[in-house]
Amino acid sequence: MTSSAVLLQLLNGLAGASSLFLVAAGLSLIFGVSRIVNFAHGSLYMLGMYVAVWLSGRVGFWAAVPLAALAVAVLGACIEASLLRRIYRAPELLQLLATFALVLLARDFALWAWGPEDLLGPRAPGLAGAVEIAGQAFPQYDLLLILAGPLVFAVLHFVLTRTRWGVLVRAATQDREMASALGVNQRWLFTGAFTLGAALAGLGGALAIPREPASLGIDLALISDAFVIVVVGGLGSIPGAFVAALLIGVIKAFCIGLGYSKLTLVAEFVVMAIVLILRPWGLLGRPQAEVRGTWTEVPIGRLSKRGAIAIALLALLLVVLPSLPDQYVLVLATDMLVFALFAASLHLLMGPGGMASFGHAAYFGLGAYACALAALTLHWSTAAALFTGWGAGALGAAIFGWFCVRLSGVYLAMLTLAFAQIVWSTVFQWDAVTGGSNGLVGIWPEEWLASRTAYYYVVLMVCSYAIFLLWRMAHTPFGYALRASRDSPLRASALGINVRAKQWESFIIAGSAAGVAGALFAFSKGSISPETLSVQRSVDGLVMVLLGGAHTLTGPVWGAAAFTWLQDTMARSVEYWRAGIGAVILVLVFARWRFSA
Amino acid sequence: MATLEVRGLSAGYGRARVLYDVSFEAGAGEVIALLGRNGAGKSTTLKAMIGLVAKSSGEVRFDGQRIDQREPHEIARLGLGYVPEERRIFTDLTVAENLEVGRQPPRPATAAWSDDALFALFPALGTMRARRGDRMSGGEQQMLAIARTLAGNPKAILLDEPSEGLAPIVVNAVVKAIQELKRAGVTIVLAEQSQRFAERVADRVYRMERGQLS
Repeated sequence: MTSSAVLLQLLNGLAGASSLFLVAAGLSLIFGVSRIVNFAHGSLYMLGMYVAVWLSGRVGFWAAVPLAALAVAVLGACIEASLLRRIYRAPELLQLLATFALVLLARDFALWAWGPEDLLGPRAPGLAGAVEIAGQAFPQYDLLLILAGPLVFAVLHFVLTRTRWGVLVRAATQDREMASALGVNQRWLFTGAFTLGAALAGLGGALAIPREPASLGIDLALISDAFVIVVVGGLGSIPGAFVAALLIGVIKAFCIGLGYSKLTLVAEFVVMAIVLILRPWGLLGRPQAEVRGTWTEVPIGRLSKRGAIAIALLALLLVVLPSLPDQYVLVLATDMLVFALFAASLHLLMGPGGMASFGHAAYFGLGAYACALAALTLHWSTAAALFTGWGAGALGAAIFGWFCVRLSGVYLAMLTLAFAQIVWSTVFQWDAVTGGSNGLVGIWPEEWLASRTAYYYVVLMVCSYAIFLLWRMAHTPFGYALRASRDSPLRASALGINVRAKQWESFIIAGSAAGVAGALFAFSKGSISPETLSVQRSVDGLVMVLLGGAHTLTGPVWGAAAFTWLQDTMARSVEYWRAGIGAVILVLVFARWRFSA
Repeated sequence: MATLEVRGLSAGYGRARVLYDVSFEAGAGEVIALLGRNGAGKSTTLKAMIGLVAKSSGEVRFDGQRIDQREPHEIARLGLGYVPEERRIFTDLTVAENLEVGRQPPRPATAAWSDDALFALFPALGTMRARRGDRMSGGEQQMLAIARTLAGNPKAILLDEPSEGLAPIVVNAVVKAIQELKRAGVTIVLAEQSQRFAERVADRVYRMERGQLS
């Protein structure tokens, strides 16, 4: 690589970093004041893009950019005032779910308003040409983007340090309660911070349209990038977000420039891993004070008599199910069992483990893909393939979990999501092995399991045994140690419990169970695609656990059954089923919170 | 009419009840002390008055007005200041910024505290306006915490253990400040463990034990 090529890639990276910074800064700002991780921040960026493309056809590009930012800011203010304001005291998990519901609603809104095709944006009038830098052509517009990042950073810095509003925001970021006891009305601060954050996301999206088309998938792609940046830079630190955005942007550009675009994610992952090992709170972040949930955890009890009867009845029903005439029931029941195991494995982390994993689909997907590859390319037996899925889930959880248990709370949730996104992208891009976006087809079990009924019984046996083991675990010494580590890490370690080791073990156990579920899923469907391990799947798991009750053992299993049925019915009968599910999640979150408050 | 009036106040955290039927009052310009050991419920009483802890029954009146249903920022804006235990200054912010957070418009018939007046009360702070909170000693932080609350021009303030962990020379500065405030007509409710300190500054002392006044 010549030095002029290096310079050009560097500039390219800086241009990309600006958009990332705008989104990450907004995310950090909102988190700082409200302690809400806004999952929908990538969606605000996406809407910024669509609105800007749409408006630039009417009022021209340069007017469309500020108008799009303004429109997204207004939307942000409405979201804050109508929804988020009600759940500021709710547990983090409910807040994250609520903002994820917004992701689904925004996605279907964009689909409805602008259709499924990517929308190409206009070139920026006046800056459509290129300048010559070190003997090579470089787009003029990208120079503007390079300036936009530091400019916004400077403006934000000014607002936060030189205005009364900014001082109050920083005070509330540090100690909300104290600020309110001094007469600061937090509500206006929250609305203000959310509006400003939304405006930044909208501006980032609008500025990006000459470089890339507006597309529906950009929301989740961007939010996981933003999470990586925020984790690397330090949650709540705007300078940290700036430094991290530059770092990641430049690294990305170099990977692409060198012709290793597939390495991008690995490079991002390596940077994040190094930073987290050396500075667990990010480059410029500082340790978060433990935010205690307002839900007090009631110890998990033994199975009640009523519960035991219900389970016995259910078992009986499941055994006689294949004799029913309707074969579709069997398909649905297989799905329900698989997802019951998936939800139960997630519950081990979330309930007894106290660790909210937002990327549990990674282990499910690793299991599914490993199993499928073992069966398809290695021609292993069905049993061996299922074991491979188990091992893959465990191995993935062992690697990712090792990093995750070093963090806690939202940091941990963001990191699990980032890992899952990395696995998803790898699967999506690695055509030669995983089949890319087409996935793998023709994954069928051996002869003797070929009939739907036979395979159903295998799923029933494996899932119920695995779920039984997961339930038992809550009442073993391991389960007690895990719960003690959750409730009071300090006291637990004073008692001689290696807290991180226990949490890591629970990651591995949960990952292996999810891997088994994924492997069973692959054989039941016959084909798998990157959908299998999408963020959507991870959130499905969270909704199942939440629906059934995170503080019970059996709840997640019932939740999984109900949610699988609901999703199946919706996807078959409603066009905008994503928005439907988003609405259901919102209702659930508010009902849960109302109920417990 | 008493400036602050607490009647039958009970409060707690979740299911744990901490305060049982606490009643007392403080007249205009009066300094009263709640004296008790660790865990007696002094801090909880003050927190319930400013609205940081939800009461389960009873009422709190400030200038005759019920405030026990209001949110902390509303109570603060009515002119009731609060200086918490362990000071809780904003360590990321400078001295001047800390004062800015506490700043409220002046109130009629109440002493108004300009920055100059605050720095006259605590001369040490005047020399470190640009210093960040985390670069200050405990004593300096305590002065800043009091000054920050005074910046809101309060009619009455709740002081939670202002002498805790301070060197005698700093304690003297705090005593002097309380006497100044009293002269300026500010009503003060003090939570204190040290009988000596309480007797030095308070007009009246209530003794508190296991969530009750004795």
